[in-house]
Amino acid sequence: MTSADLLRLVLLLPLAGAVLNGVAPLFLKHLRTRETLLGTIGTAVVAIPFVLTVYLFVTFGGDPIVADYFTWMAAGDLDLSFAYRVDQLSLLMTLVVTGVGGVIHLYSIGYMHGDDGYWRFFAYLNLFIFAMLNLVLANNLPVLFLGWEGVGLCSYLLIGFWYTDLRNSAAANKAFIVNRVGDVAFLVAMFLVFRELGSLSFDVLLAEGPNLPEATLNWIVFLLFVGATGKSAQIPLFVWLPDAMAGPTPVSALIHAATMVTSGLYLLARLSALVLGAPVVMMIVAIVGAATALMAATIAVAQDDIKRVLAYSTVSQLGYMFMAAGVGAFFVAIFHVVTHAFFKACLFLGAGSVIHGMEEVEHGLEEQGRDPSDFDPQDMRTMGGLAEYMPATRTTYLLATLAISGIPLTAGFFSKDEILFKAFEYGYDGSTYAMAVWVVGILTAVLTAFYMMRSYVLTFEGEPRWPLSDQLAPHESPSTMTGALWTLGLLSLVGGFIGLPAVVQGGDWNWIHHYLGAKYGGPVAEASVQGHVPLALEWGLILLSSVIALGTVYYAWRVYLTQGLGYDAALKRRLRGVYQTWTDKYYWDEFYNEVVVDSLINGVARKGLAAFDTTVVDGAVNGVADTAQNASGLLRRVQTGLVQNYALALTVGAALLIGLMLYGV
Amino acid sequence: MNIPHLTSLVIFLPALGAVLTLALRRASAIRWTALATTLATFLLSIGLFVGYDPSVSTALAPQLADVWAGWLPDGYDIKYFVGIDGLSLLLVMLTTLLGPIVVLSSWTYIGEKHKGYYALLLLLQTGITGVFTSFDLFLFYIFFELTLIPMYFIIGIWGGTERIYAAVKFVIYTLVGSLLMLVGILYLGYAAGDAVNNGVFTTDWYTLLEYNIPLAVQGWLFAVFAFSFAIKVPLFPLHTWLPDAHVQAPTGGSVILAGVLLKMGTYGLLRFCLPLFPNVAQSSAGLFAVIAIIGIIYGALVARVQDDAKSLVAYSSISHLGFVVLGLFAFTTEAMQGAVIQMVNHGLSTGALFLLVGMLYERRHTRLMDDYGGLATSVPVLTTLMVISVLASAGLPGLNGFVGEFLILLGSFKSPVIDSPVLIAFATTGVILAAMYLLHMVYRTFFGELTNEANAQMADLNGREFGLMVPLIVLMFVLGFFPSPFLRQTAPTTEFLLETVEEKRAAVERMEANDAATAEEPTQVPTAPPEGQEVSIDVPSTSP
Repeated sequence: MTSADLLRLVLLLPLAGAVLNGVAPLFLKHLRTRETLLGTIGTAVVAIPFVLTVYLFVTFGGDPIVADYFTWMAAGDLDLSFAYRVDQLSLLMTLVVTGVGGVIHLYSIGYMHGDDGYWRFFAYLNLFIFAMLNLVLANNLPVLFLGWEGVGLCSYLLIGFWYTDLRNSAAANKAFIVNRVGDVAFLVAMFLVFRELGSLSFDVLLAEGPNLPEATLNWIVFLLFVGATGKSAQIPLFVWLPDAMAGPTPVSALIHAATMVTSGLYLLARLSALVLGAPVVMMIVAIVGAATALMAATIAVAQDDIKRVLAYSTVSQLGYMFMAAGVGAFFVAIFHVVTHAFFKACLFLGAGSVIHGMEEVEHGLEEQGRDPSDFDPQDMRTMGGLAEYMPATRTTYLLATLAISGIPLTAGFFSKDEILFKAFEYGYDGSTYAMAVWVVGILTAVLTAFYMMRSYVLTFEGEPRWPLSDQLAPHESPSTMTGALWTLGLLSLVGGFIGLPAVVQGGDWNWIHHYLGAKYGGPVAEASVQGHVPLALEWGLILLSSVIALGTVYYAWRVYLTQGLGYDAALKRRLRGVYQTWTDKYYWDEFYNEVVVDSLINGVARKGLAAFDTTVVDGAVNGVADTAQNASGLLRRVQTGLVQNYALALTVGAALLIGLMLYGV
Repeated sequence: MNIPHLTSLVIFLPALGAVLTLALRRASAIRWTALATTLATFLLSIGLFVGYDPSVSTALAPQLADVWAGWLPDGYDIKYFVGIDGLSLLLVMLTTLLGPIVVLSSWTYIGEKHKGYYALLLLLQTGITGVFTSFDLFLFYIFFELTLIPMYFIIGIWGGTERIYAAVKFVIYTLVGSLLMLVGILYLGYAAGDAVNNGVFTTDWYTLLEYNIPLAVQGWLFAVFAFSFAIKVPLFPLHTWLPDAHVQAPTGGSVILAGVLLKMGTYGLLRFCLPLFPNVAQSSAGLFAVIAIIGIIYGALVARVQDDAKSLVAYSSISHLGFVVLGLFAFTTEAMQGAVIQMVNHGLSTGALFLLVGMLYERRHTRLMDDYGGLATSVPVLTTLMVISVLASAGLPGLNGFVGEFLILLGSFKSPVIDSPVLIAFATTGVILAAMYLLHMVYRTFFGELTNEANAQMADLNGREFGLMVPLIVLMFVLGFFPSPFLRQTAPTTEFLLETVEEKRAAVERMEANDAATAEEPTQVPTAPPEGQEVSIDVPSTSP
């Protein structure tokens, strides 16, 4: 088999899985409960592509493989194919998508056990993988966009998975529509590219794009970045992501942590050669990333819902990745994409395992005759002490927490430190904004270590805080779930070694840089920096990061272990309004709901246009009709049947006519 | 396979079926006859798709043509002249495809006066197919008017509670436009006859193409034609007949209306307005783009606040056809190809939406979305098909709607005639609004708890209902992933049309420039004042 054939399998297997799992049980109801069958098919169609991708990865020769399957649309100058591109960047992303994706599928077999929509769930997950693979493997913008909107669709389907609760469906609609706002920018970017280059293929875009006038390039990159803020949840379009936690937990892990939200970063990395030609936009990217990172981290400090903490943490970490892109270090952004996929998927799946356990408590309460309606299995305030009951979940969650906090030698340490270093280096080189971004990055690192350790301690350490905790005990999740947790937990620990910093062997051991970097023949360009940071300073920065991470983690561990929820109360007292603003998420939702959505729908559409349509536009028509009717009514009255009247009318008319003719009006 | 007079057969077989149904008594016999007729017509029309060869030019004559000139006395070059080219092929296929689907959808929906209903439905199909295949403007007009009467009765007899109002409104609106167009046709026939047909009145499309119409005349001729077609599309602000007609019409009527009848408007613009009046068409392209974009945004926003599901879909049509009109007036190959394919796409996806809403109506006898809710639990198959149709309509890549919208916007963005990327970027926001109103409909109708017993007891699609949806759903995917065989069929004619527009526009400009040059010469001669033109106006006042 050629690489093109293998690639075809990689792409089509998940699609086949989606069709099988989605269509057959829709009509054959008895298949809906065949969980083993459905789950095995669902997982296999992702696991097999992972194995095939590993093969492609190992045998990859260095030159991009382009597979052009068939024409999609051809009209005028447009000649668009379903064309895919295998290179270092798409291989790495495919490995993450199918690898982490496969683990999440495996986990779902246990997690979704007993759910009525088991079949649908796997169909949607498979479809998601198919869309995501289109996104990362595409060789032109529209095929990428097919995946781009496809993952948006799957996220809509999965967030609204439990559709009987309208809040979930509302969150799903929100996710789709907010993403579409970004998609419009993406579409316009494509139109602009096509107008300027007459093609949408990456081959043409990457070869000729950088030669475009700077103004045009600025617009293209800016529009694509706006698209990226939608998918990758940055200010101002991040609001859908926290709500998206309404979906089942594996969905949060797959879509909202490991894969879909990184699409925007992938896009920028794929087009890095173009982005570097638009320095103004790069500054915007870095600043938006930094602002998002800091804002989301502060919100995460003040949340009690375990998934919500992780959701805002995701937004914040994505901000880090955009910082990297904004200082021209695209390969570092991708490095953080990879490590983040490991530890954030692990955290989400761990949270899912915890929620599973807490739901057991909820059922227990119900059986004991207690009203469980005020019990929330996602609320960390009623957790605590779970380490004893769920040891595997606890250990893996801790590993991932240490990784995201940047404890030395974990995956997050290497990637985050590299981002901070690149920002510093770019700033050292004379860029003021990069230095500001670096400062924000350090601040965010402190907050990250703090809120993550808080979530760990509140969940797993101390004494149990749920009602009847002496009688009701949650149990550890089944092995399909803990197996997934261990895999991701270990990757969180060692995954960072693919990108050792420059202080080690002068950067020669930075595998990911060598693999992706354009200077080593890879597809990802990077900003060139003139003045090098002295080695001692670089060591100093690493030391700083380590001290910050260790110090903050220790501090958070100590205060929450000794004071528990009391420390939250203390924080609330000390910070007052600021803390409340964090809890209320800076009122972004209120702003959008009241100012944007409400005024558009109720103001403009309902009170404005719809009323205008019935009264003015249609009113005019009906008015004309009424006038005609009235006029004919009047005319009818003229038809009296009396000859005298007709004669009179005739005379008057004739006189008028003659008068007109004579005086020639 | 070579069937003689295939095009005519496809046009008139339904009419023949209509006559046949009149001879029948039993409702089931009538239904089966209608189904057999429309199915046979569809099968025959596949012959058109296969028989049409895009590599053969249609610059001088359509393919699979039928000409019969002997129906009017000498002195009038009005022919029965039908055939197929790249513009008509897909719309004919869409019409014949929807034929059996509409018959099946009416199977139990129509509970009385079967004979009249199916006869009118079949007659309507003949009229519509005729419109899409006529290469004689006069013949086009006859078919165009022929569609009016059956639709009027279908709405007026089998419609909802406000059916009479809706039917009358539909007829008056359309008549106002088409009578004006008739005046235009008569004038054009004589003028073209004088100019290029040895003084013989002509409405042959190809002959008309040879006639370079002076600018002053182009202006008002374009106005009456475009006005008539704009009502049919309908373009803002001439659209208010549409929601009434759609909401009141029976499901079958709505499907035909949205699926193909509205396309007579966009098709008319494409077939006649653009190539016959190229200068005015191009100079007013900006205006039409603005009107189209108003329609896109306006229709979408008004759709968002509807409580009636059918009304929502009706307003969505206004929004979607705005894209088509935008594509036509961009004068680029990409956009025009997109517009043609979008006409088909809209027929498929909006047709599907009306069918599904109709199936809900048949079960619960209400169209208000608030009367539903939670249906995904009780009718999962219907829900699945609805979600697919909604996504197609919202332009999700991989489904048909995206292809048309993408090509239209892509081509309009680079259009030198519209020349306003900002405007097109604004039009693109229509895809956000489409997601808003369509997902809102799904949200209100299908999600949430099943609180109403009648909704909980609702039966899912039966075999007939599912079967009639399958072709539409399959085509949504086919056109979404493999539109190129269809685009290939339309490409040469689109390019021919654009070339014609360009040549004729230049020719008229040259002509006008020459006229202006010759008009300047006589001014040097004092005895030749340009009073000749005024004489005709002065006649009445000077006569006494």
